[in-house]
Amino acid sequence: MDKVSIKIKGAVLSIIIFFMMLSVWHLATMPKSGTGKSEATVIANPTSSQSEYDLLMGKGSKDVPAEMKSGFPTLSQMGETFYKQLSDPFYDKGPNDKGIGIQLAYSLGRVSLGFLLALLVALPVGFLIGMSPLLSAAFNPFIQILKPISPLAWMPIALYTIKDSSISGVFVIFICSIWPMLINTAFGVASVRKELLNVAKTLEVSPLRKAFKVILPAAAPTILTGMRISMGIAWLVIVAAEMLVGGTGIGYFLWNEWNNLAISSVIFAIVVIGFVGMLLDMFFAKLQKMVTYAD
Amino acid sequence: MQINHEFLKVEGLSKTYVPGSAPVFENVNFDIAQGEFVCIIGHSGCGKTTILNVLAGLEEASSGYAYMLGREIKGPSLERGVVFQGHALMPWMTVLQNINFAVKSKFADWPKAKIEEHSEKYLDLVGLSAAKHKRPAELSGGMKQRVGIARAFAIEPKMLLLDEPFGALDALTRGVIQDELLKICSSTKQTVFMITHDVDEAILLSDKIMLMSNGPNARIAEIVENTLPKNRERATMHHDPMYYPMRNHLVDFLVHRSKLVQQAASSGSPVSNVTDITQRLKPKLVRPGKDHPLSNPSIQIN
Repeated sequence: MDKVSIKIKGAVLSIIIFFMMLSVWHLATMPKSGTGKSEATVIANPTSSQSEYDLLMGKGSKDVPAEMKSGFPTLSQMGETFYKQLSDPFYDKGPNDKGIGIQLAYSLGRVSLGFLLALLVALPVGFLIGMSPLLSAAFNPFIQILKPISPLAWMPIALYTIKDSSISGVFVIFICSIWPMLINTAFGVASVRKELLNVAKTLEVSPLRKAFKVILPAAAPTILTGMRISMGIAWLVIVAAEMLVGGTGIGYFLWNEWNNLAISSVIFAIVVIGFVGMLLDMFFAKLQKMVTYAD
Repeated sequence: MQINHEFLKVEGLSKTYVPGSAPVFENVNFDIAQGEFVCIIGHSGCGKTTILNVLAGLEEASSGYAYMLGREIKGPSLERGVVFQGHALMPWMTVLQNINFAVKSKFADWPKAKIEEHSEKYLDLVGLSAAKHKRPAELSGGMKQRVGIARAFAIEPKMLLLDEPFGALDALTRGVIQDELLKICSSTKQTVFMITHDVDEAILLSDKIMLMSNGPNARIAEIVENTLPKNRERATMHHDPMYYPMRNHLVDFLVHRSKLVQQAASSGSPVSNVTDITQRLKPKLVRPGKDHPLSNPSIQIN
């Protein structure tokens, strides 16, 4: 009862905070009545050359004052952008003009490919490191040195060796998401309770069955935590990577809209990145809950 | 009585954890006959759990051998079921799945239905059929330990090793499970080696009680034959005329003699009041209340 009421109260408060932020935004982007009018009158009576120039630049013919267009978007402009982008997310009008859905699909595709490859490497290697103190000691210096390297620092080498920007993006995701998974898998495997391993020993359980039926479930919560951290990092990195290499993806979309000075589209992209990141995290939280056990 | 003394045989077992230092225990010799229930009592640090782990095949002794049915124990085996001090159930599995896991390890070629039927039979034996779909975290300490016992019994081992299985339970629960264990063991003629700290538990359950002196340099000082009749019960056993001689003998050992034996052993004095040279190798057999001179050994402090 108490929990529910706190949840409801929290939700109401969230909505209030949201509308407060919107009103601050609205007030900050409101056309200024004093100076705005005088500038508008200047533009209202332009010289012929000025109006021709404005027309050439795609301005002036509309009733919105020119300075408002390049300034920070108003709420109504934002709403318009959201509506336009979300009503047709999958349009494709050439390399520089694709719908948000297509761009997201590219980014998610790269992230999941890089993430899965990292998982395929991290799980078995982490298992081995976790099981063997020798391998753990041998691998540890490499992990400790490679882990703090910004994944984007790998980009030139990736581009040079792979010679494909899209696959280089996948590689960058691979290299950034492997470390948390590797470290957590090794840690989870190494800290399986000795008692449980002894049970498996006295039952003469085969190594493979022990790995899948005892060690994996015992370490699963820790492994899933690693996967969740990795996915969070991968989603952070993909935006930066796509800004750098260009072509497709949500990061490229954002940078392209910045080049177009379409601030409302940039803000739209930011919001979408946030939402997708949240959904990804929620997905892994759910997986984590599924494998977590009460001890 | 026709007993097979070669069922389990331990010879000259010793364990040294830190090379160069005194062994935790040394010269441990005993044997267990088929169908016997043997308890081992001793203070913490005398190496009881190590001996049990050696018998389980989980640990290696520094020297000496353990044989079961004439074969040396060199690793864990399904012939020996272990009930661990902590319940050691897989927390992500239900009670039934935990037992299924063990049964499947032993009878790998059984179909699923047969495995489940077998598991449920043993769950029923410890009175936990109703909780079969619960996870260990939802069970009380006593119930968890019962599942551990059912799991050990379910693989139908030739020998059962119990490491202080009731140590963490309250007295009431402990009594109930002791009764259950007694009932199951006497009906299945199970051979059992059990560690305990509880003198009454040992008297109730065992045929033979091995008394260990304090560690380091611990050894089995005496093997006490349980002189109480076989059909003893927890509720009435303290009225038996043999009960107090038995109990006093055990408690006296824990309070006084366990230390004296250790002192005699580590000082290396060849002859003492408690041990003489022959008993360094073979512990004496004591029958409290029956062999009068041995049942009430003079307690000598210094």
